[in-house]
Amino acid sequence: MPGIANPQELAAYRTRAVQAQARFKGRVLVCATGCRALGALALSRGLRERIRAAGLDADFEVVETGCHGQCARAPLVLVEPQGYLYGPVKVEDLDEIVQATLVEGRPVERLCEPAGDHVWTTVEEIPFYRSQVREVFRDCGRVDPRSIDDAIAHGAYEAAARALTGMTPEEVIAEVTGAGLRGRGGAGFPAGVKWGICRKAAGGPKYLICNADEGDPGAFMDRALLEGVPHQILEGMLVAAYAIGASRGFIYVRAEYPIAVEHIGLAIEAARNLGLLGRDILGSGFDFDVEVRMGAGAFVCGEESALIASLEGHRGTPRPRPPFPAIQGYDASPTTINNVETLGNVPGIILKGQAHYAGIGTATSKGTKVFALAGKVRNTGLVEVPMGMTLRQIVFDIGGGIVEDRPFKAAQMGGPSGGCVPAQFLDLPIDYESVKEVGAIVGSGGLIVMDEDTCMVDMARFFMTFVQEESCGKCPPCRTGTRHLKDILTRICAGKGRESDLEELDRLSAEVKVSSLCGLGQTAPNPVLSTLQHFRAEFEAHIREHRCPAKTCQGLFRYEIEPHTCIGCGICARNCPARCITGDKKKPHLIDPDECIKCGLCFEKCPYKAIAKV
Amino acid sequence: MTEERAATLREAPAVDLAAAREILDRMHPVRPGDLIPLLQKLQGAYGYLPADVLHEVSAATAIPLSRMYGVITFYSQFSTSPRGRHTVRVCSGTACHVKGSRELLEAIHHEIGVEDNGSTTDGRFTLETVACLGTCFLAPVMMVNDEYFGSLSPAQARAILKNYA
Repeated sequence: MPGIANPQELAAYRTRAVQAQARFKGRVLVCATGCRALGALALSRGLRERIRAAGLDADFEVVETGCHGQCARAPLVLVEPQGYLYGPVKVEDLDEIVQATLVEGRPVERLCEPAGDHVWTTVEEIPFYRSQVREVFRDCGRVDPRSIDDAIAHGAYEAAARALTGMTPEEVIAEVTGAGLRGRGGAGFPAGVKWGICRKAAGGPKYLICNADEGDPGAFMDRALLEGVPHQILEGMLVAAYAIGASRGFIYVRAEYPIAVEHIGLAIEAARNLGLLGRDILGSGFDFDVEVRMGAGAFVCGEESALIASLEGHRGTPRPRPPFPAIQGYDASPTTINNVETLGNVPGIILKGQAHYAGIGTATSKGTKVFALAGKVRNTGLVEVPMGMTLRQIVFDIGGGIVEDRPFKAAQMGGPSGGCVPAQFLDLPIDYESVKEVGAIVGSGGLIVMDEDTCMVDMARFFMTFVQEESCGKCPPCRTGTRHLKDILTRICAGKGRESDLEELDRLSAEVKVSSLCGLGQTAPNPVLSTLQHFRAEFEAHIREHRCPAKTCQGLFRYEIEPHTCIGCGICARNCPARCITGDKKKPHLIDPDECIKCGLCFEKCPYKAIAKV
Repeated sequence: MTEERAATLREAPAVDLAAAREILDRMHPVRPGDLIPLLQKLQGAYGYLPADVLHEVSAATAIPLSRMYGVITFYSQFSTSPRGRHTVRVCSGTACHVKGSRELLEAIHHEIGVEDNGSTTDGRFTLETVACLGTCFLAPVMMVNDEYFGSLSPAQARAILKNYA
């Protein structure tokens, strides 16, 4: 394959790639990454067969893409150029899509997003997308992640060409610093400043690491970016490496993300074949190559010094900083570690300029942020919004509100390092500083919506169990402190809490925060502190009244059969392992509270929802 | 090393080292930084990390066995005992937790009769919990081998597992 030797050849290559696509009347884009779990591959296969059978294969191209974002409607199919978005799509729907949309050019309304008495047919109309600003995710779901030609047709590597051949490394750093891009992995450190320190650091060779060890429960934007737009991430790495002066890079990605590993591997190979990785890239004299390393299942390896230890073949334990990796990192050389989403922002900043980027967001937090919406919200999925948008806009306007229109209780933000933001802060503009003020963090962007059925004490215990399991064990405050926190919370959830426990939680949390070695331990008590701060009454109900207001903690609520709803079918009695449900046929049944083991099987099995938690 | 683990290692049956030697040849020269990718390839070939293989690797690379065990026991991906034919991964991430992954896990415990991180005695299943599978929109979710199953009720999960022999 002939390579791309300079920016002119890149432009010519792009023209050819665009022309190759222009012969098609349209593209049918099937999300084959996230939606794969729900049968998307059968859809793309089925569409190809039907399009061929209809003799339309010269007119329409079926492309397997990355995530479209609105995962709640998965599996999703997007038809270009109209922008009709269909979901959830079944194989039985494909004939109609081919006939109505591809042949006749009209939407299949029953597969569109319902809007009361009508439907939203196109992406532009759908409320989920309307308030979003898609900068990083612009091409995700629109390009074939396995094809470098498609990526280049959509403008990939143009920013790299501009940076490598038209700007000095210092100019690149100034541009990114001026844009105000802050690290999207959680800490929010200015990316340009980080690059500057590494560039100026003595010694070498220098290294660039893309941190794709996305371990925060509830965050999946890095996975989607690597799966959906791998060339955009590679391009971001090229620009960053050029800025700091690194000739070797790593992508450290979780082994639990097999599609991401596959797609980034294909992208690297394709870029190497075209000379976009390797020696003298685009005639700039700059050399750079990338290696993929898979994590081996340790959350702490998302912490930068632990990640480096893991790359060096050691146990992934952090070390004290300073010296920071920018001075002394991989192989004791200056190393920059950037998160996937951070790098995904870079090509856009170079192409559109710092002013465009800095024009989005708030005074201290520029640009957009991708949030992973999950939990009890209607539109689960990935959303990209300008910094400064309120939680209400994200959860209700974009997220479509709570499932079954139940009341919003809290949003868990920032995973195990973050906290729960209660309803009173729904109108809080989301940026790094404001979220921190209410006890949570923007973090990597996980946003789990909770309703009244979620117990906040259980939530705190959940995170403490997580952190306790993932603590590497190197420093005692994190190793034993989180264990004690977990034990106390477990006790409270079992209704055996003591009056002194709340004070103990406060005290211990404060100590773990100030004395832990790395970010994992220093932030580990946050979920406890934020729930204590905003939901203290719930803790008190567990301790003083042995009652779980959310009816989540087993043993702190009872099951009762509602006599008016029960028809006496006997399903509950047959399934009860404690054999404590009695009643005559076709008469309301009764649970013996003394014998009931509170397993919840009757609650799950009752087809008439006649069993209530009280 | 726990006694249990030491016992496993002593009793481990002899394994064919050909695959290990081929991997070592392909990765030659193995630098200390290559240890984790090397172990991942070995586990990929054998399904777990047999003691004989690790002895062979240590001899060939001069990486002390003690260092290898330090790494193997740190990362949850590695296993020194044989695994079940099917790996069931139950997500215990925040979204799954909020949507009832605990009940799911309990049902699976009952169905296959094995606790977290254990393997069934008949060699059918290995059960693991994963902090987050990154598929929160499918919550609660489990993976059997490479296949995802989402929006599960405990009863559905039990029914799905019956399909794996």
